[in-house]
Amino acid sequence: MAETSKVLDVAGVSKRFGDIEVLSDVSFQVDKGETICVLGPSGSGKSTLLRCINWLERPDAGQIYLNGERIGINNAGIVMGDRELSKIRTRIGMVFQHFALWPHLTVLQNLMEAPVQVQKRPKAEVYDEALALLAKVGLSDKRDAFPAKLSGGQKQRVGIARALAMRPDLLLFDEPTSALDPELVGEVLVVMRDLAREGMTMVIVTHEMAFARDAATRVLFLDRGRAVETGSPDRFFSNPETERARQFLQRYAGDTANNKR
Amino acid sequence: MIHDFGIVWGERALLLSGLVNTAILSALSAVAALLLGFIVTPALMSKRPAVSGAARLFVDGMRCVPFLLFAYIVYYGFPSFGIRLDNWTSGLAALTIYNAAYMAEILRGAWAVQPREPIEAGIAFGFSDIRLFRRIILPPLLLSAGPVIGNQMIQIIKDSAFLSIIALPELTHAASSIQSRHYVPFAAFITAVFLYWGLCLIIEAGVGSIGRVAEARR
Repeated sequence: MAETSKVLDVAGVSKRFGDIEVLSDVSFQVDKGETICVLGPSGSGKSTLLRCINWLERPDAGQIYLNGERIGINNAGIVMGDRELSKIRTRIGMVFQHFALWPHLTVLQNLMEAPVQVQKRPKAEVYDEALALLAKVGLSDKRDAFPAKLSGGQKQRVGIARALAMRPDLLLFDEPTSALDPELVGEVLVVMRDLAREGMTMVIVTHEMAFARDAATRVLFLDRGRAVETGSPDRFFSNPETERARQFLQRYAGDTANNKR
Repeated sequence: MIHDFGIVWGERALLLSGLVNTAILSALSAVAALLLGFIVTPALMSKRPAVSGAARLFVDGMRCVPFLLFAYIVYYGFPSFGIRLDNWTSGLAALTIYNAAYMAEILRGAWAVQPREPIEAGIAFGFSDIRLFRRIILPPLLLSAGPVIGNQMIQIIKDSAFLSIIALPELTHAASSIQSRHYVPFAAFITAVFLYWGLCLIIEAGVGSIGRVAEARR
């Protein structure tokens, strides 16, 4: 746990919803600067895994460490209260499938809200940084717009900038392009690719196979709540170890071919 | 007829104090009812049947009692249990408790249709407890419920007229005194009607500006 390069360590995490075991004994680690793409059929537990990392869902078993610090359970071995959890959560950025921007705030205010209100950083500094982030995602001209007036692709780019404004140690993406029209997916992936190149540490749940193939440093394949396979994208896509992964990739290749018009 | 209005004009100080009292009474109980509504709403939505059942009983009970009767109960009925309140306190209490039920129901409706994800994003970004409620949950809730809350405030202003029966010196009471003193019923009451209308126009202007703020965000 003392290794400084390890940003995230997920060890033996399990989660049930009623009778259904959504995650069973999932373990993986993320080094600083890595981009991990979590792949798998729908219902395989990908989103639940992501939500367990920042304790939006409380795992039933297992441990999660952020830079060596246990999330969810404090030193006394007791489940953390909301306040304690909130403190750790500010170090993990999250990007949501349906954007989840705050509708009553402008784009710029969305970026500044948590750094100012939760992290209590000086407003002037947050403001400058927020403007720089908006420029980075190509939305400087939308700073005073309300989320409802943006396209899906623009909303998601704001979502990413909002997460970056927290200066997080780790960024989580929960199917960031699944709710987008096909022609808007590209503009979001461009931003994510840039982040990967810059060495942002990210865990990305996605169905974008091409993106996973060329932007991920590693792929984690989940099936029925189990981490079935992990490895370099090159090896996973060209020569998967398990039959399950092979079937999954075949189905995806088929879908992609069918979608080409 | 002109002469009658002249008499009413002569009593303008009384009318004005009635108007001010109606405004104070309505404003105080509207704010209090809204705050009380914020306490009752989570109870209405509670997963514990005892809590939600009790809140539901209160809300439905209030909504089925005529306000006049409820005001009688608070002013004349409570002393039987040793609770003796002056007319201002009973009037405020009656208006507040009665309308809290409506406010709670309004807020519950608006709350139930709020999308879950922005609130979840608030939690994921480190908001919790009161800060989460105040910064993330409350503003969109008030924006979407604003027009209906404004409507209820108009209802509160109108309900406050009933409090003349417990001798609260509000606008209807003032108009009623003028008419009994000088026997100018039409002039006295129609003047009061226009003054009530003026108060409602102020509320509607407020609702309109909330509506514009909300529209920009929709």
